Amino acid sequence: MNKYFFAISIIAFGLLFGCTKEKGKLPVMGFKDVIDGKTVYQSIPDFSFIDQDSNIVTNQTFKDQVYIVDVFFTHCPTICPKVKKQMLRIYDKYLNDDRVSMISHSIDTPRDTIPRLKDYANKLEIDSKKWHLVTGDKEKLYEMADNYFITALEDDSVDGGYDHSPTIILVDQNRLVRAHANGMDPDEVDDFMDKIDRLLIDNSTEE
Amino acid sequence: MSSTKCFCSLCFLVLFVLGTSCDYQPYKQGKNLYTFYCATCHMDDGSGLKGLYPPLAKADYLAKNQDYLACIIRYGLSDSIQVNQKTYNQAMPGVKDLNEVQITNVINYVNHAWGNDLQHVKVVDIQKSLKNCKGQ
Repeated sequence: MNKYFFAISIIAFGLLFGCTKEKGKLPVMGFKDVIDGKTVYQSIPDFSFIDQDSNIVTNQTFKDQVYIVDVFFTHCPTICPKVKKQMLRIYDKYLNDDRVSMISHSIDTPRDTIPRLKDYANKLEIDSKKWHLVTGDKEKLYEMADNYFITALEDDSVDGGYDHSPTIILVDQNRLVRAHANGMDPDEVDDFMDKIDRLLIDNSTEE
Repeated sequence: MSSTKCFCSLCFLVLFVLGTSCDYQPYKQGKNLYTFYCATCHMDDGSGLKGLYPPLAKADYLAKNQDYLACIIRYGLSDSIQVNQKTYNQAMPGVKDLNEVQITNVINYVNHAWGNDLQHVKVVDIQKSLKNCKGQ
């Protein structure tokens, strides 16, 4: 009888604690260095792009905010719509929370002109103050993908002509990348939104 | 003891039958093809994407245009259309890879998924529709 009791206790314990959400500080992604006894993390460098309203979007646009990033192009016939569906869930959740912004980098700079981005934004029914769809210098756009630790490249062999990952990225108030998720997977995006909440509660990075 | 065993096995049998019957999916190929070719824009739940891609779930356009669905799937669509009182004008590319049987299966899946309760189509209907596609 004792054996059964023991087994049931273990299962109950597992059920109780297996489902609890993670808490505490989010890790920082990328390389880090220690300079003068202080940990220095790899951060997002200065950038400048133009959004659907012809406004210039820089690091200052997201001052004191956390922001969510993805990479797309408007003619994308493959993964983008599904990622956008999930980005819209995030948009809806944080629509009235001024601590959170969103940015989508188009990697099809020749075709995704500002009017084209504006049209796409209108059809997505999004507020350009909250969610910036940006274009700009092609090389810089591709460099940003490296800074976010994701892939984006031109490839004629894939549908649409561009190969890029469906990853969505969480950047904190200090330009540090704090989380990734597969933007096509609703469950991962649920976890990702928990991470946004955790970051909003505790932005510090000390371990 | 043996009656307990008997009862237990009966319970398992009932559960098994219930489990497998709930899993019954009559439009298997249609669903697989839909997931591969259509769900990227129209989504797995047929909800579409805001003003970009129209929904297929409970869409009046789907019900009203049953005779043209095969043409739309094969040759795409570039006209502006009204779906549930909303205008959509994002062009849809055609899917040339699908044969008549596959198109039939996709339509039968869509016609009966997500609360849709539309007609069953036959391959002969689809062949007839495909002969009358506009501009082809």
